[in-house]
Amino acid sequence: MDKKLSEIKPGNICIIQQFTDEEIKLKLMEMGCIPGENVRVERVAPLGDPIAITVAGYILSIRKSEAETVLVSTL
Amino acid sequence: MADINLKVALIGNPNSGKSTLFNALTGLNQKVANFPGVTVDKHIGQFTIRNAADGNTYKVRITDLPGTYSLYPKTIDEQIPYQVLTDKNDESYPDRVIVIADATNLKRSLFLCSQIIDLKVPVVLVLNMMDLAIKKGLKIDIPKLEKALGIKIVPAVVRQNSGIEEIKKALLENRHQPENDIMPSCELAPDVIKEIKKEFSVKSDYAAFLLAGNFEKVPLSFIDEKQKERLRNITQQHGFKNTVMQAGETLERYKTISVLMKSCVSQQVSFRKSLTRSIDNLVTHRIWGFVIFLAILFIIFQFIFNVAQFPMDFIDGTFAQLSSKVSEWLPQGMLNDLLVNGVLAGLGGIIIFIPQIALLFLFITILEDTGYMSRVSFIMDRLMRPFGLNGRSVIPLISGVACAVPAIMATRTIQSWKERMITIMVTPLMSCSARLPVYTLLISLIVPRYYILGFINSQGLIMMFMYLIGFVAAIASAWVMKKILKSKSRDFFILELPVYRLPRWKNILITIYDKVKIFLFDAGKIIIAISIILWFLSSRGPGDKYNNLEKEYTELAAQPSPPQEQLAKLQSEKLENSYAGWMGRALEPAIQPLGFDWKIGIALVTSFAAREVFVGTMSTIYSVGGESENQPILEKMRAEKTETGTPRYTLAVGLSLMLFYAFAMQCMSTLAVVKRETGSWKWPVIQFVYMGALAWVASFIAYQLLK
Repeated sequence: MDKKLSEIKPGNICIIQQFTDEEIKLKLMEMGCIPGENVRVERVAPLGDPIAITVAGYILSIRKSEAETVLVSTL
Repeated sequence: MADINLKVALIGNPNSGKSTLFNALTGLNQKVANFPGVTVDKHIGQFTIRNAADGNTYKVRITDLPGTYSLYPKTIDEQIPYQVLTDKNDESYPDRVIVIADATNLKRSLFLCSQIIDLKVPVVLVLNMMDLAIKKGLKIDIPKLEKALGIKIVPAVVRQNSGIEEIKKALLENRHQPENDIMPSCELAPDVIKEIKKEFSVKSDYAAFLLAGNFEKVPLSFIDEKQKERLRNITQQHGFKNTVMQAGETLERYKTISVLMKSCVSQQVSFRKSLTRSIDNLVTHRIWGFVIFLAILFIIFQFIFNVAQFPMDFIDGTFAQLSSKVSEWLPQGMLNDLLVNGVLAGLGGIIIFIPQIALLFLFITILEDTGYMSRVSFIMDRLMRPFGLNGRSVIPLISGVACAVPAIMATRTIQSWKERMITIMVTPLMSCSARLPVYTLLISLIVPRYYILGFINSQGLIMMFMYLIGFVAAIASAWVMKKILKSKSRDFFILELPVYRLPRWKNILITIYDKVKIFLFDAGKIIIAISIILWFLSSRGPGDKYNNLEKEYTELAAQPSPPQEQLAKLQSEKLENSYAGWMGRALEPAIQPLGFDWKIGIALVTSFAAREVFVGTMSTIYSVGGESENQPILEKMRAEKTETGTPRYTLAVGLSLMLFYAFAMQCMSTLAVVKRETGSWKWPVIQFVYMGALAWVASFIAYQLLK
């Protein structure tokens, strides 16, 4: 069952499956968020948004609205 | 033995150590210019390499391209690398490209690097931060990677100056260009690439592929309208869709890189506990995160308001001395007056800002360089978003309390066009330090000093209120603009949170030097010009009346011991009859509903140079002149009566005037910087109008309610 990246709790690792928004997909893929890549949700900002993830060896901050367009599978 | 010129371009991801390498290669032998047509800073540097083998000296001209994650031209900054690397007519089109990569972040770096290799330009790849990579347990098989990519690779630790000589040497190597593409774009769009290569002078398949995707968006010198039409035909005929193609390319490229990484790099990505994560636990903590941020702000403002005061006083004093020297030294007359009251006054008005600009950028650059700044954006983004701003708007807004000029220069880090424009537009509403003397004067004029609850100073309270009202106005205007402004692109907040590092002082000093220089020369030109215009307006007048007054004044001043009081009176009469005075009178109908008379009108006109000019103008108008400055103005203003004999400066007038100064765009330095940063006069004009309207309405309401 695929989940949205925005639903993954901090500390958990998941795998990127696909994107539901073409424009965000291009931006994220360029930054190394490729389907099949492992992603760890690092933390949620104090006010609930944005979130920080570790992908391809570095930390990336994206807004929840952007994370909603990323479908992931949990390990 | 010969001198050979070599053009080199330096490119890399943000946070890869690109500027450190640039500084290490060139030292201070660099300058900042603009890329043609856009306001993106172009750093060009020079160095020479002696080649021991052939005895030649290579003069290298290196261009530092804006940091980017790929060659896709999404923002103006990212257009530059694409243009420079694919347009042979571009003045920076390189003979060699240095790609700098963070070795601990190899996958993403190789993405950009492989794109450039596929353009078939000679590439030297610098693997930076090798020490950290080794510490992380990363083993990179460099010879194998070199062979796979077909390029020269130099491992380096740039911040420790290790590997620099090897990089220079590698630039002189003539390597055979790899024949195969790393990502064969001809498999994605074979027909389009074939046709473009046949008709256009592109160097590689990948250059043709990029041209097909971006010719509408990015101008290249060798593509005119007719050729654009042809490209349109080709791409339409073969159903070339840029987004699909780009996605396909990205996927393929990363796939290839993953395979490469598996064979050349041992130890893949780990999610181990790191120092960065521990620091993040603290600085993005629900409570501590904000406490730390506020504490840092507190320190910065203490510095900007207290420490900067010393050099600023020194500059002020120096210019006062210089002015009096020049005025004594040159014969009395127009030239003397122009130099002293026009040029020198204007110059002093610019240079006085340098300590604050330098200090502010010292702190901002340290925060950027260590990686903390992106955490500020991270914790503040949610708070700013409802107002059309983003996490990156926080620093410019806060810096605006010191001075809007460096604050607006600091908006460059905001990637989203709309959010950056809104930030630029509202930042001048934050109460800057130039408003401080105005507020101080007016508050002591209209607010009686007493203590609330025994310790809260009433005047201090009003002062705080003025700062708050500026902040509220900025946020509210941002919200309105968010509703009005049509965005060219969607807003994104995709931001790397880099690992924490110690600041690199050389980079920081060079950045400060650059910022000060840009301010001094770019904004300075406009400020000087307007100062001279203002000088003219206040020292010349229409008709004979002004000239007669001038003559009378000169005669009186030439007396052995001229009566000071009469001189001062003549001085103020002169101002009254000057063009500025005339403008003040012309303004009167418009500002009467705000409770202002023509004298205040003059101050409003001259304050356009800078708000603090208000105090000086007031002292000239009320003919104070003389030694003890502040007290007498206050007394004179207090004694000033209206036609009906009541005091001019009532609470209503004072408050109305303060609100006017809080909101009106009376700062030519800021307007000049906005013009420079936005690239057109449109934005400063809009800013001037909307802030003026806001000021008028606020003052009108305050005066009419309180009078």
